[in-house]
Amino acid sequence: MIEYQNIFTQVQVDAPDYPGVPIGDDEYNRVGGIGHSYWMGKLGDAQIGPIYLGPFGVMALFMGFIAFEIIGLNMFASVNWDPLEFIRQLPWLALEPPPAKYGLSIPPLNDGGWWLMAGFFLTAAILLWWWRTFTISKRLGMSSYLAWAFAGAIWLYLVLGFIRPVLMGSWSEAVPFGLFPHLDWTAAFSLRYGNLFYNPFHMLSIAFLYGSAVLFAMHGATILAVSRYGGDREIDQITDRGTAAERSMLFWRWCMGFNASMESIHRWAWWFAVLTVVTGGIGILLTGTVVENWYLWGVKHGIAPAYPALEPTVLADPQMMEAAQ
Amino acid sequence: MKQAFSKVITTATLLGAVVLAACEAPPPESVQRGYRGTGMEALYDPDQLDALVAANTVPDSLPAVPAVGPKASDVYQNVQVLGDLTLGEFTRLMAAMTEWVSPEEGCNYCHVPGEGFEQDTLYTKKVARVMIEMTQNANQNWDSHVGGAGLTCYTCHRGNNIPDATWTTAVAPAHAARIGVTMQNIASENAVSTSLPMDPFSPYLLGAESIRSAGTTALPEGDGRSVKDTESIYSLMMHFSDALGVNCTHCHNSRAFNDWAQSSPARERAWHGIRMVREMNNEYIEQTADWLPAHRTGPLGDPLKVNCETCHQGAYKPLLGANMVADYPNLARLTQTEPAVEAPDSAAPMAAPAEEENGAP
Repeated sequence: MIEYQNIFTQVQVDAPDYPGVPIGDDEYNRVGGIGHSYWMGKLGDAQIGPIYLGPFGVMALFMGFIAFEIIGLNMFASVNWDPLEFIRQLPWLALEPPPAKYGLSIPPLNDGGWWLMAGFFLTAAILLWWWRTFTISKRLGMSSYLAWAFAGAIWLYLVLGFIRPVLMGSWSEAVPFGLFPHLDWTAAFSLRYGNLFYNPFHMLSIAFLYGSAVLFAMHGATILAVSRYGGDREIDQITDRGTAAERSMLFWRWCMGFNASMESIHRWAWWFAVLTVVTGGIGILLTGTVVENWYLWGVKHGIAPAYPALEPTVLADPQMMEAAQ
Repeated sequence: MKQAFSKVITTATLLGAVVLAACEAPPPESVQRGYRGTGMEALYDPDQLDALVAANTVPDSLPAVPAVGPKASDVYQNVQVLGDLTLGEFTRLMAAMTEWVSPEEGCNYCHVPGEGFEQDTLYTKKVARVMIEMTQNANQNWDSHVGGAGLTCYTCHRGNNIPDATWTTAVAPAHAARIGVTMQNIASENAVSTSLPMDPFSPYLLGAESIRSAGTTALPEGDGRSVKDTESIYSLMMHFSDALGVNCTHCHNSRAFNDWAQSSPARERAWHGIRMVREMNNEYIEQTADWLPAHRTGPLGDPLKVNCETCHQGAYKPLLGANMVADYPNLARLTQTEPAVEAPDSAAPMAAPAEEENGAP
């Protein structure tokens, strides 16, 4: 007997080849053929393809490939084309934005110019891909929730790599392309601007991020728990509430006195996820442009508590002491 | 189903064990260094404490000698920096230095046998002279950093000709001819395996660039420093942390790294330490550049220089704070030397290199 209760589904979602609904005169954009994979069937649908690429998909992939090549070849060049060193150092390698002295001008290729170019092509690729999510939704008669959620992430990306650097008047303010380098940059960014934890939009972003994870787990667990009563037909049960919906909602009402509805839980999830990046982007945008030191800003607005002094005499800045002498 | 589940658990346990094998077993020894809740604490792996103590044990001092008798300069020729010592003190210090710096080579590390002790044939002897003055100067004029413990040759050398940790100005790693060199984003020991800039020493421990980049006002007031500057400073701070075997909160309250009022006194010591090391590198070590042999210089021909690790070698205080110089008072202050030697003027404390710390009020 098939059970629908495990970490991953035990049910193979598989069927004969199915290209999807007819889409009319741009049928030729649906490419790639159809394959079937048992292991993909463990995770989701066993059918792979076809993919609707279209002109925007082709352009997005092309632009993305150029950006990928610029970044990768710059990294490869920075280890003198040594393949072993390239693999060994890969997590450390980066394509750095230009030094501060260039401001917003176009720097020489080998002093940040490649970074600017990679950023242009990557941004173009992402925006073209976004347009694809929008148009594919339209083609399928869907509304555009997916596209706008993706736009939220693009907002954060643009703030970090384009909008904030432009407002600060220097490309050097942007993030390097690289695994460890972008993480080290993030830590340095927080140090430079006096601790991002005191940035209220950073606080909101973290709350929404962790909230998204909790909501996702709560929702996934609830639906799996009532799938034996048809709870997996959750959208159906938004309007035609069955015993699965009743049980799952009762669970949360008994548990914490309040429950989301079969519809609203999806709005909760959508907004939490989207607000993570929207508030995060606002927080980054304000950093350096209108706030110089988030800790001092927090002190000014009464959100940073004072701790008792460490020593009988509070430490003073030795540089100021020397200057005073 | 159950079997599959137990397989998953077994695999996960094995994987977990492999991943955790690189970690230090809990619980660590924890020392509170700040107000509760601020995370200001020192953590030590109890399994490594014995090794730390063993590595920082001070060797027995040579028996003291009475400070009477003829002066070294009356007995030997060309005694430039220790001439004021009595012959007994001088001989004792020479013996101690041999133990500390060249226990295997002995006297011949600095003196050519049969040539006469006054000859400056070997570069090592000339370096030793500079090093003695550097040590004396640190003990006399840098109480703000070394006070309470002082330093001797052993603090750094530990029986080695060259201290384990030194630095020279970094050169760009191998790269394609026309590619830009950022001097970061390559795993480097200097930056403690981060991707941060790989030469955090030249700007701050030789040059006097400002080590302050955090905003000092709530709202922007004019030009601030670039995040790239912060990365460079961050790299230096990683070196501090690694050299002393401590984390950031040894000096800082991590919620406001730049706030002195919330920092521990160790930060003030470190502030003076930076300036002491700058002086060591500029006033003493740089002068050896002209005559050092090539195998004692870096790729750019600059001498091996001092950073925090040179003395600290993984301990929050070198030799865990042992006061070794108490037994060697001749190293505790600059010797009163005859005029007309090429040693730096010992009457006035060295002037620190010009500071350009305009980034902070």
